[in-house]
Amino acid sequence: MLVSNLELVPGRRILAHYGIVQGSTVRAKHVGKDIFAGLKNIVGGELKGYTELMQEARQEAVERMIAEAQSMGANAILNVRFATTSIAAGAAEILAYGSAVQLDGA
Amino acid sequence: MLDLIELGLFITLLVVGFFAGSIVEKRHYASIRKREREYADVLAYAVRFPPDRVTPQRAFLVHGTVVISSDYFKTFVAGLRNLFGGRVRTYETLMERARREAMLRLKHHARSQGAKLVICVRFETTTISTGWAASIEVFAFGTALIPDHNTALSFPSRSVAAA
Repeated sequence: MLVSNLELVPGRRILAHYGIVQGSTVRAKHVGKDIFAGLKNIVGGELKGYTELMQEARQEAVERMIAEAQSMGANAILNVRFATTSIAAGAAEILAYGSAVQLDGA
Repeated sequence: MLDLIELGLFITLLVVGFFAGSIVEKRHYASIRKREREYADVLAYAVRFPPDRVTPQRAFLVHGTVVISSDYFKTFVAGLRNLFGGRVRTYETLMERARREAMLRLKHHARSQGAKLVICVRFETTTISTGWAASIEVFAFGTALIPDHNTALSFPSRSVAAA
């Protein structure tokens, strides 16, 4: 599965469009990580626990989007975008969406 | 008495935040500058289309993310700034560090997959929390391209054009 935020892939033609596909996940903060983050807020710097949390969440959203595209029979997702929304204090939704297409070539 | 302890704690946190925060920031900037030189061979552009549209390319999504926190002193200064308005320099450096860090991680991801060119780079910024625990996330993503000369064989008309 080719995943890209380009509108076209150089040297390859789009044979069919399957419409929009999306994947999302809602994540909450971890109390333990929050206490550590609270201490980190005094001295500043990277909050590694949160970086990992966001990375995992995006990964999951992308995987769900890919699963939807596969079920449609697409071999690529183009024009991929991301969006993040906070639902409540400490909980956020991470959304990945794009256009499922059929590209020529392997 | 209780007020005095509270004031003492506040001043202690402010002083600790100022000194520890400057050290953290200085180290981070040194590390960013060093890695920016290391990754100078990976080119990243915001353009939507590749410079070479004829040669088939292997394309894939690359990204870099960082969650970075303000320190006690920065947050205090920003709070004061809120009264009079104007530039909040303490947050400007915070945002700059986060963007440059996310960009470096994107370049690291691209190079680890063998790519030297990333196009259509976009940034997303998310506020993780506000107030005394101010922290933000910067997410950079783009498409890495690797010229794929083997695939060119399956496009006879195009390989003639490329030759």
